[in-house]
Amino acid sequence: MRYLPKSPAERQEMLAAIGVKSVEELFTSIPEQFRLKRPLNLPGPMSEAEVIGYFQDRAAENSVGYTSFLGAGVYSHLRSVVTDALLQRGEFLTSYTPYQAEITQGTLQAIFEFQTLMCQLTGQEVANASMYDGSTATTEAVLMAERITGKRRVLVARSLHPEYRDVLRTYAKNSGLTVEEVPFTASGTLDGTALKASLRDDVCAVVVQSPNFFGAIEDLGPLAEAAHGAGALLVAAATEALSLAVVKPPAEADIVALEGQSFGLPPSYGGPFVGVVASREKFVRQMPGRLAGQTADQDGRRGFVLTLATREQHIRREKATSNICTNQALCALAATMHLCLLGKEGIREMAEQNIAKARFTLSELEKIPGVKRTFPGPFFNEFTVELPRSVKIVNAELLKSKIVGPYVLGSAYPELTKHALVCVTETTTRLQIEQFAAGVRAALQQPL
Amino acid sequence: MSYPTQFRYTKEHEWIDAKGGIATIGITDYAQHELGDVVFVELPAVGSSLITGKTFSSVESVKAVSEIYAPASGQVTEANSTLQNTPESINSDPHGAGWLVKVKLANPAELNSLMDAAAYEAYIEEKKKEASA
Repeated sequence: MRYLPKSPAERQEMLAAIGVKSVEELFTSIPEQFRLKRPLNLPGPMSEAEVIGYFQDRAAENSVGYTSFLGAGVYSHLRSVVTDALLQRGEFLTSYTPYQAEITQGTLQAIFEFQTLMCQLTGQEVANASMYDGSTATTEAVLMAERITGKRRVLVARSLHPEYRDVLRTYAKNSGLTVEEVPFTASGTLDGTALKASLRDDVCAVVVQSPNFFGAIEDLGPLAEAAHGAGALLVAAATEALSLAVVKPPAEADIVALEGQSFGLPPSYGGPFVGVVASREKFVRQMPGRLAGQTADQDGRRGFVLTLATREQHIRREKATSNICTNQALCALAATMHLCLLGKEGIREMAEQNIAKARFTLSELEKIPGVKRTFPGPFFNEFTVELPRSVKIVNAELLKSKIVGPYVLGSAYPELTKHALVCVTETTTRLQIEQFAAGVRAALQQPL
Repeated sequence: MSYPTQFRYTKEHEWIDAKGGIATIGITDYAQHELGDVVFVELPAVGSSLITGKTFSSVESVKAVSEIYAPASGQVTEANSTLQNTPESINSDPHGAGWLVKVKLANPAELNSLMDAAAYEAYIEEKKKEASA
């Protein structure tokens, strides 16, 4: 299923075949006053040379040679050229993802493999074919918990990504859901005492992120126990999916909402991303989105189909389980390729490099007078430090040496005004880390 | 399949069989035939309330998920848990083993406004004619 433009002659032929004179005639069912009667305000066609020139100019606008210590939900990881080469095949890149089992066994099998990988990583029993991103996956997980429990109060960790909380609030605003935040302790993890105080039998979900927005790893067992004790479900979100290669999988959670960008997708302009919802099999009928399943054809041969599609929007309209009725098939395919290329050992090694480099960065920063680690517990590739000076000022200095500084926590947490969220992945070299630490030291020594 | 004469029927193809204030509710043979192979049934919790005309359950077949509407108001005293493992009994025995819930009726007189077997059979004959027209 390729996209090929039609020539004017072919268009005429198609119009003649269905008995109309022009494309405009196809729109006569739209009342006159709603029809646009002028051409769209778009630039005219360009020659091949002009197109190449245009894109060369745009490419020249890219910033090159920067080192980044910014994560906060978007992570720069190594990607193999094999992923790009395969992904850019026309059958994948330009096709509108088809799902008819008769013609798309390859696509459906790839989605099935993706779901399998996501189950293995999350310790859950079923995973869907993907959602837009981690934020919509988290919100869909909450809506799923609402459908399962029939309750409408949501307790959300304040240490959940601020933008994920915003997306959840947007959905909740007109759907009758009440969203309340649960604070974090001095160790940066969810405050269990505050959680227990807020948990009553009207709560549908407790939402927690791990590693959380400050980089701290949450102990999900007791949180699941507390949630279940009140008849609520535990929703575990993760923005850094690579952590699942070394951190214990969130098997205690009832629903897992994942951002999968770390698996083979570049940070780009902040997208496209790929979200995942994974859960227990008993909840499969309340899961949002598509699901590919393995089956057998009439001759008993292994085959793949979309399954449980009866609850999707194109069939159930306003009663569908979710109004996200598409998936990020190409991104999910990239993630599948990336994970298969890395393999079990490769992904673990990559994750361990993140831990080692992040620890080294922290130790380098702690040598600087006035720089203090904020939260004491274990972390993956992000951690929080307090600086003796505004993070924004430090970042402005760092940028002069082509270093993109850490996330300014004060922009989302007024209680953390001098705090920086530092991210270090396997892509950062020892030399770059040392230059970063030297840059921070220099910025802090500058007179005000 | 014949339609039991002691049942009352709705236009949405549910049946209700009341005995001494407790009524059993299911979907009709016509409904199961229209749905095709039933693969999953979602049932309300015991103790929850049914409100006349509002959905209380959904039946999923290989073709679609269909809402089931309450023929009368009442409180659920029992839900047919055997349907979790054998939803196909809705196809094989819609007026018997395929029942959905038992309810304590809030107002037994409500049933007087529903169709009896003869009226229902005439109603579905009409439906069949419309479908083939």
